[in-house]
Amino acid sequence: MTVPMTITEKILAAHSACDSVRPGQIVNAVIDLIVAHEVTTPPAVNMLAKMGISRVFDPSRVVVTPDHFVPNKDIQTAELTRQLRRWVEEQGIENYYELGDHGICHALIPERGHILPGQTAICGDSHTTTLGAFGAFATGVGSTDLAATLATGELWFKVPETMRFNVSGALPPGVYSKDLILYIISRIGVDGARYRAMEYHGSCIETLSMEARMTICNMAVEAGAKTGIIEADQTAVEYVRARSDKDFTVYVSDEDAEYAAALDIDASSLEPVVALPHLPSNGRFIGEVEPVSIDQAYIGSCTNARIEDLREAARILKGRRIARGVRAIVVPATSAIWRQALKEGLFEIFSEAGCVVSTATCGACLGGHMGVLGRRERCISTTNRNFVGRMGHPEAEVYLASPATVAASAVAGCITDPRVFLNADPMTVEAAPFQDDIHVGVS
Amino acid sequence: MGRLIRGRAHVFKRANINTDEIIPARYLTAHDEAELALHAMEDISRDFVSRVRPGDLIIAGGDFGCGSSREHAVWALRGAGIAAIVADTFARIFFRNALNNGFLAIECAGLAEITSDGDDIELDLDAGAVRNHTTGASRLFTPLTPFALELLEAGGLLPYVAQRRGVGSPNA
Ligand code: SF4
Repeated sequence: MTVPMTITEKILAAHSACDSVRPGQIVNAVIDLIVAHEVTTPPAVNMLAKMGISRVFDPSRVVVTPDHFVPNKDIQTAELTRQLRRWVEEQGIENYYELGDHGICHALIPERGHILPGQTAICGDSHTTTLGAFGAFATGVGSTDLAATLATGELWFKVPETMRFNVSGALPPGVYSKDLILYIISRIGVDGARYRAMEYHGSCIETLSMEARMTICNMAVEAGAKTGIIEADQTAVEYVRARSDKDFTVYVSDEDAEYAAALDIDASSLEPVVALPHLPSNGRFIGEVEPVSIDQAYIGSCTNARIEDLREAARILKGRRIARGVRAIVVPATSAIWRQALKEGLFEIFSEAGCVVSTATCGACLGGHMGVLGRRERCISTTNRNFVGRMGHPEAEVYLASPATVAASAVAGCITDPRVFLNADPMTVEAAPFQDDIHVGVS
Repeated sequence: MGRLIRGRAHVFKRANINTDEIIPARYLTAHDEAELALHAMEDISRDFVSRVRPGDLIIAGGDFGCGSSREHAVWALRGAGIAAIVADTFARIFFRNALNNGFLAIECAGLAEITSDGDDIELDLDAGAVRNHTTGASRLFTPLTPFALELLEAGGLLPYVAQRRGVGSPNA
């Protein structure tokens, strides 16, 4: 008799040589993919050295890119990257992406075909959940976990309970997967999925691109989840097949698998969502958000700086100018996305609109560089966290939204519904006094 | 590790104290505990660092340590002298990082509500109880799992792995 299991349970069982696992059980799972960047890896390398462990268990399972503070923002970060690079050479790690070929790890890994359905993946970074979009068990860990996995190829896990999100209906124009996940987090709270797996299903999810699915899995951790996961369907398999010739196993949840909770959502009823400071769970429909003025608009991060995101922002910025007094910063998530955006002429649109474009980096997402906020400055951002001090000064304010909402707000100078621009001809809207014309706060 | 831990409380009642508050990202370029400790809790309590003494305890609300996976949060607090944290609940990665470092993190609902800064708090790991010697109140807590206790007793995940595999030969 086989025990019904969720995808997460199946993957963990298969990787720990168990026929079945139950939530709460501690397993030691083989890890297929270890992702490393310059912030959390050097401490792990030091730990290994202290233990007298000089070799990585299997360098072919390790993929490395510097991403947080690249290009090096100061001497200390230069030293971190140098340490990372030296270690990569020492260990003979072939999958190393140097500046120019680099990218924010969670965006780079799928793009280069390193994540496969059914795999287990870890990284010393909480947004590793992004990779769950491919039907993999992927979770963020600390440096000690990273060190232990580098040494042994295995890691302990408590099998999480799973929450099921059934999302039906189509997202209306101007509403994106970012709005959906911000909405879900606003419903369940920043610890609503604590220690759990968030499994997304439904006709809405099935129609989403891999880019859009990654945004949803990326932010699972903002609800406290261990992982976000979506069954690998044809869209996922085609994406992976175009980038990897390795074999993989697709796991699907059994129909009678047990869920800790389930939530039904009708995507067609959603509107653009903005998460107010200082929690990702402070999401409100844009109609209920005050059209407060902004100092900065930031389009970047592992959540929303893939090519589709840049295209959506460009659709709004095309033929328009950002408002006086606003700084708009566009940071593509990887070098390949950067090149694609260049080819598509998106940079011209951004530049003519008055935005600046950076190379791929985490940058200001975590208050590193490339747009750190000063005291009492207000930023609307496509990133994933708006905690106190996240993007700079502890008295700065961060509002989270989709790339379209961020672009629309940059043009208007205040937090603005992107549908106002999507429905309108650029010239007529540009001629109008934006702030008075926009019906924000009225519904 | 001792089974009784006694120290002075620093209370952070609010839920969802995140790792950006525990150690802001601007200090992540360091990973030395003493250096990180200089900025522990800086964005939430400016004078925490000057008040904290070795052996003190943090008593906190729910979902303590949510946000990024930075282990620097555990190092900063331990570097500042914190001997253990008792919270209503912990965020997943923070809790993992604590155990992996052999650092005591206990889930005890409601303790923050009945504790004030400076109270004299004692954790009894065997009895699974917390006593507030200043007020006389006490609470039971969720006992750690046997695996978590093993990790703590080994001094963290790496010593645990080394013990089981023989130091220096993890592949053996
Ligand atoms: S872009 Fe932001 S959230 Fe994503 S990995 Fe970088 S710092 Fe973390």
